[in-house]
Amino acid sequence: MAELTYREAVARAIGQEMERDPSVYFLGEDVAAAGGVFKTTEGLLERFGPERVRDTPISEQAIIGAAMGAAMNGLRPIAELMFSDFFAVCWDMVANQIAKARYMTNGQVELPIVIRTANGGGVRFGAQHSQSVETWMMAIPGLKVVVPSTPVDMIGLFAAAVRDPDPVIVVEPKVLYASKGEVPDGEIVDRLGVARTVRDGGDVTICALGAMVPKALEAAGRLADDGVAADVIDVRSLVPLDVRAIADSVERTGHLVTVEENPRLCGWGAEIASIVADEKFYALDGPIVRVTTPHLPLPSADVLEDAAIPSVDRIVDGVRRSLG
Amino acid sequence: MVDTIQDADLDTRLSIYRMMQEGRLFEKRAQDLFLEGLVKGTSHLGIGQEAVAAGFAAALEPDDLVFCTYRGHVHTLLRGAPMGALMAELLGRANGICGGKGGSMHLTDVSHGAMGSYAIVGAHMPIAAGAAWAAKARGTRQVAVCFFGDGTTNIGTFHEALNMAAVWELPVVFVCENNLYMEYTAIRDVTAVEHPAADRASAYGLESILIDGNDADAVHAVAVRTVGRARAGEGPSLVEAVTYRHGGHSRADPGKYRPTEEVEEWLRRDPIPLYRERLLAAGADEATLQGIERDVRDAVDRATEEAREGPFPDPGTLETQLWADGGAAWRN
Repeated sequence: MAELTYREAVARAIGQEMERDPSVYFLGEDVAAAGGVFKTTEGLLERFGPERVRDTPISEQAIIGAAMGAAMNGLRPIAELMFSDFFAVCWDMVANQIAKARYMTNGQVELPIVIRTANGGGVRFGAQHSQSVETWMMAIPGLKVVVPSTPVDMIGLFAAAVRDPDPVIVVEPKVLYASKGEVPDGEIVDRLGVARTVRDGGDVTICALGAMVPKALEAAGRLADDGVAADVIDVRSLVPLDVRAIADSVERTGHLVTVEENPRLCGWGAEIASIVADEKFYALDGPIVRVTTPHLPLPSADVLEDAAIPSVDRIVDGVRRSLG
Repeated sequence: MVDTIQDADLDTRLSIYRMMQEGRLFEKRAQDLFLEGLVKGTSHLGIGQEAVAAGFAAALEPDDLVFCTYRGHVHTLLRGAPMGALMAELLGRANGICGGKGGSMHLTDVSHGAMGSYAIVGAHMPIAAGAAWAAKARGTRQVAVCFFGDGTTNIGTFHEALNMAAVWELPVVFVCENNLYMEYTAIRDVTAVEHPAADRASAYGLESILIDGNDADAVHAVAVRTVGRARAGEGPSLVEAVTYRHGGHSRADPGKYRPTEEVEEWLRRDPIPLYRERLLAAGADEATLQGIERDVRDAVDRATEEAREGPFPDPGTLETQLWADGGAAWRN
């Protein structure tokens, strides 16, 4: 057991999979010699050499397209998109090509690709380097999407993503890179499509994702002081979605609150709210409440960004509204 | 223009002739089936451009990888994809090469190295580079060949892929089929250089290669040279083959924006009758050529029957093959 930062967990995750499988290759901007702009990939070039750890030009379409072509011809590529905002630059490759190739060819093309990316706000980068875009990917049939919120999940979910035969996007909340967590020694492999109950309560179900998980836990702690016991579910995997874990919790609590860093419209919480309203309507004892960033681009100034992203206070308020 | 000399033996040239006939007659039949209402959606025919596909096809090994565009019926067919399954895909039948999920713009036969017809202009340029990267990394000696239109030279992926392929010295040949029109607009009206691909080769440290794309021998010669160079580890090439589509951009386009004299001039330069004459002059006998033509007509007839008689897809296949487990589930 060792304490690792999330940042260190990224390098360990990539290293674990490259060590295990010689067909795993890694490419991206500044990932090799520079060790990544967030220092998440330090040491990989030295360990695996320049053939398997490749610096690319600033060519997001070529990075993702090359990953697709390589996956069609026997590699298991890991591609880094430095900021998740850059998905907008190569969306054709992601949404039209990678996501659809298997279906359009009736299963002839298999694409074991991982795209990993630094996502979300909280670091004052402004509107074009701070977006939470996980719901963009969730909306495209053919993409799997996971969002690890701890160092150990970063390794386990990443390993599951690399070993999965389908394209998986691993969304890393960049505000968590400096966060720390206990990580067991040896190989760590998790499963896609499994949420985790990170706090047991029974009065209300709080579903959170990525950087919102620690905030939801803090809110749950504060609510406990007032006698409200919250289930906190780290959703972890948007596709596949662990509906059962969420529905089972709502069955017991009768109350659902989602905590989403994405802008309001069409966030992942809306899909969960819709499913729960459809399938667990008679278990509900109050309104489903979504706590989200307002439907805005993220501003840069500390005060404005903090006002935009869900805070512990807003989560507590959301829970109270659900409880009535 | 360079590479106008031919260096192939007569058997190879007869096989190129057969392939051009296969492409031509397959697409003519596809056109007939459209008019009959049996093919839905749209189609983009390459009638008139067959020499490019055939010249390259004759230069490839079985495990080489071809990437083409929505104007990709002929390239896919000439990799060896079964003609009946291709025709059935156009008709939306269960025995189609993609089970009816792909259609005219997405013909793919991975088992024959036909790695897809890409319907977003330029998308397959970096994908082909990536396949070549894997070939190099794995030491397979495969070559990737990427066919694209003149319009592609003005989209970003063209430049990103060429740069990456050059920097990484990848075994890939990019083949621009310059048919003078990007959709409905003359390429010269929207492009800063005269030769949209060849004039840009130097930007990526590549040789400028411009050939007559209606001369199957010239295409084959340049294919042998560039594919051979890629296979020998000498990096990528960019070829511009000037050709002409006899029809419009797609089913919806009668191509009226083209001057009549221009169309007539290019019809006189139809690659198939030109090649036929050249083969006769080179010693092929008339009976052999007629035999090839008869075989191809029969093959197209059989493929058409196979397609017409194919069942429609079972609606139960709708939610299949999204994921590698064969299904389409997104939740538990």
